[in-house]
Amino acid sequence: MRKSWIVTLAALAPVYAQNIVIQNATIMTVTKGTLEGSLVIKDGKIAEVGEKVMMPLNATVIDAGGQYIIPGIIDCHSHIAVDGSVNEGSVAVSSMVNIKDVINPEDIAIYRALAGGVTAANILHGSANPIGGQTIVLKMRWGRDAQGMIFEGALPGIKFALGENPKRPGNPPGGRGATQTVPARYPATRMGVEDTIREALNQAKAYKAEWDDYAAKVARGEHPLPPRKDLKLEPLKEVLEGKRYVHAHCYREDEILMLLRVADDYGFKIRTLQHVLEGYKVAQEIAASGTGASTFSDWWAFKIEAYDAIPYNAALMQKKGIVVSLNSDDDELIRHLNTEAAKAMKYGGVSETDALAMVTINPAKQLGIDSRVGSIEAGKDADLVIYDKYPLSDYAKVLKVLIDGRVYFDRNNDVNGRPAKALEKQKLLDKEKQSQPKPTGGRGPVQ
Amino acid sequence: MRKLVAALLLLSAWAIAENPRTLAIRNAKIVTVSGPVIGKGTVVVRNGLIEAVGENASIPDGAWVIDGEGMTVYPGLIDSMSTVGIPSLAPATPPAGRGGRGQTTTTPAPTPAPAATPATTAAPVTRAMGPEDRPATTSWVLAADEIDPSDRRIDSLRSAGFTTTVTFPARGIFGGQGSIIDLASVGHAGEMVVAPAVGQYLAVSRGGGIAGGFGAGFPNALMGYIAYIRQIYLDAGHYKLLKEAYAQSPRGMERPPYDRALEGVLDSKRILLPANRLVEMDRMLRFAAELQQPAILYGMREAYRPEAAPLLKKYGSPVLVSMHWTEAPRDPDPEAYRTMRSLENVDQGPAAPGLLQKAGIPFALYTDGLDQPKELQRAVKKAIDSGLARQDAIRALTLSPAEIYGVADRLGSIEAGKIANLVVTKGDLFDDHTQIQMIFVDGKQYKPAPEPPAGGGRGGAEEPGESQ
Repeated sequence: MRKSWIVTLAALAPVYAQNIVIQNATIMTVTKGTLEGSLVIKDGKIAEVGEKVMMPLNATVIDAGGQYIIPGIIDCHSHIAVDGSVNEGSVAVSSMVNIKDVINPEDIAIYRALAGGVTAANILHGSANPIGGQTIVLKMRWGRDAQGMIFEGALPGIKFALGENPKRPGNPPGGRGATQTVPARYPATRMGVEDTIREALNQAKAYKAEWDDYAAKVARGEHPLPPRKDLKLEPLKEVLEGKRYVHAHCYREDEILMLLRVADDYGFKIRTLQHVLEGYKVAQEIAASGTGASTFSDWWAFKIEAYDAIPYNAALMQKKGIVVSLNSDDDELIRHLNTEAAKAMKYGGVSETDALAMVTINPAKQLGIDSRVGSIEAGKDADLVIYDKYPLSDYAKVLKVLIDGRVYFDRNNDVNGRPAKALEKQKLLDKEKQSQPKPTGGRGPVQ
Repeated sequence: MRKLVAALLLLSAWAIAENPRTLAIRNAKIVTVSGPVIGKGTVVVRNGLIEAVGENASIPDGAWVIDGEGMTVYPGLIDSMSTVGIPSLAPATPPAGRGGRGQTTTTPAPTPAPAATPATTAAPVTRAMGPEDRPATTSWVLAADEIDPSDRRIDSLRSAGFTTTVTFPARGIFGGQGSIIDLASVGHAGEMVVAPAVGQYLAVSRGGGIAGGFGAGFPNALMGYIAYIRQIYLDAGHYKLLKEAYAQSPRGMERPPYDRALEGVLDSKRILLPANRLVEMDRMLRFAAELQQPAILYGMREAYRPEAAPLLKKYGSPVLVSMHWTEAPRDPDPEAYRTMRSLENVDQGPAAPGLLQKAGIPFALYTDGLDQPKELQRAVKKAIDSGLARQDAIRALTLSPAEIYGVADRLGSIEAGKIANLVVTKGDLFDDHTQIQMIFVDGKQYKPAPEPPAGGGRGGAEEPGESQ
């Protein structure tokens, strides 16, 4: 009975979004400096931030004395919450598949990311294809269904990938002469990767022309039969129309420049270069193209194309004027992106605010959601993380995480709830053990 | 083995020879399912149909009269999703309960065989480069065209009281349409078919692939399957548009090419989609709504979860619940981590039918590879022990599946005019010691196959390679 009450209350919570005041905290707004003061949340939005605030009626007060508040962390490159494989690796162009179709809101990695202060993440298709699947931005609204996780209004994206991963299926184990049960998949070289992308974009251009022609005829009052809708070319048409972001997995400087030229040729922009470990070598060119960069802090040498990397990459790119974010690409790393940001301070002397920006407002800009999230400002979504200590430190623990003004993670509740959960589980394990059929046969215990 | 088959053949031959065209079972308890239980009454069968039922139904002259004193008559049970009748789709390993098939909570069931199994419908094995290659699609196939009366599972399932299956050509992604089959032993498969096309079987794998696994072509990830199905429906819609335009005025219009894959899709009045986890139910219900297809979900391992019934209610799709309940792993690795969910699936899975019943969700049970009378009986008992009322269990195996597939006008209950599919028992149908006395399919009497010796198996289904 009590359980059902809790369920009911939880269901009502978003309807009766409470007013919340968090006071006595160090508030690191990222865009408006750092201050000691309070923060007011109304209807899921940040209503006021300041040393002194107007206390609304019926507000829940969270006293955060000695604690720190930062904007919710945003991960620009993640593969959590995906059911099934993240790669539709069978074809070189898999733009017909969509992460949106396979969101798994019950993936425990979501809760763990949340416990690490992440409130939004860009969920990407894998990098097995020169052109991969469609991507989606999620808020870590743990407990909601798949639709409830989607960051409403965020422009969708698509994954592109360059280099070793997309060309690997063209070079199957055993070499090209070896007997293969299935034929190798084109492309097998970096040249082939570029060709594959150009060929797909050519198709998309022709496809777009077909639909534009159809729309023109309809506008003239004619009644033509519509062209066939092609799920592979639809998202690429949107890329050409600037309605879909391209997030491109890349490492080497030459292929980075290649992709920027391809985009130029077809009249669209790459939204972000992902990983981009050699970005520091061509930072000027990346900056000139207005392309964002989302990189690792200090992870490299996991394959040949990832050797020529330095931990100063993020700082150097940022100094050239690129919007830089630090991402996780990993279920574990996503749990402490705050320390990834801190590494940019150590390597490259990035300021505290700029470092924090690399996991908050910068990824928000890269995902086109910076009007909603990424900093602590009046009017923005109340997506917030409360740390017990200075957050750019290994010792900081996340105490609470709010999304849309609702507490989705509370460390105290989690820790206090563990014994009861363990007991519940043990009960089921015992029950299961008892219901197992007893082993038969006359043999004594095995020696 | 051969001896046993021969013996069974003799037995069924004898059974058929015994069958008069008119018969009556009198003084029996009659569970009509559609109406109240008749404490003591008569069922009259003529020419394969139920002619009359009631306390005082008059017995026609010349009828074979069976004294039903101490017996109960039920409508024949219906397996609402099956591959029985298509021997090549029999599970390759013995079903659970004998340490065969491992239990998982996520794989769709029944396990589809590779796309290229039967020679008649095999698509050429080439690397599919996208949905346009229509991999793993045999949407035009009808189970009715593949029925083989010699499938040994027919006798086994019938001995458990099943007189009817909804048999699907369960292979590939668009497997083809299911057919309602009466489990009669007749020479001509066509006589077994009650309804030839009741819905398109769709399989959605989580990856690894029905189409042949990684490297064998599109699709191989779950999202690939979904994109593939979506494209097929877009293509079907477009195809229909072109066909209609061409039919209206072919002059001056380029002829749209004939596409049997799309014809099969357009011919299907409903689709069957797999959903075991709650997340999958949500996903598939939304997907069916997007495709604008009436859908039946199958699997339902997590239908016991409190969120499931309201979700299903919202969409109004009927569901088929697998009787192959999630079981605890046998001899598990003691180090292996068990999630809370996997423990709950074992503990509460069989409670799903009772909960769906209470919530008013139309549902039916299906055998999901189980075909041994004892294990089927145990499986239903488990649902009853977990909260499903006995009469609701019977309904979920008779009238409910008939309603779900739109054939309640001829199957599913004991009413005058319906097909004479009956089970006669001593004792309540799902009790441990109940014995099925006789089974009637299309008015013909069958005796249950002799029980297998304890510990052993009936027939040879357990012998490796036998079922292929």
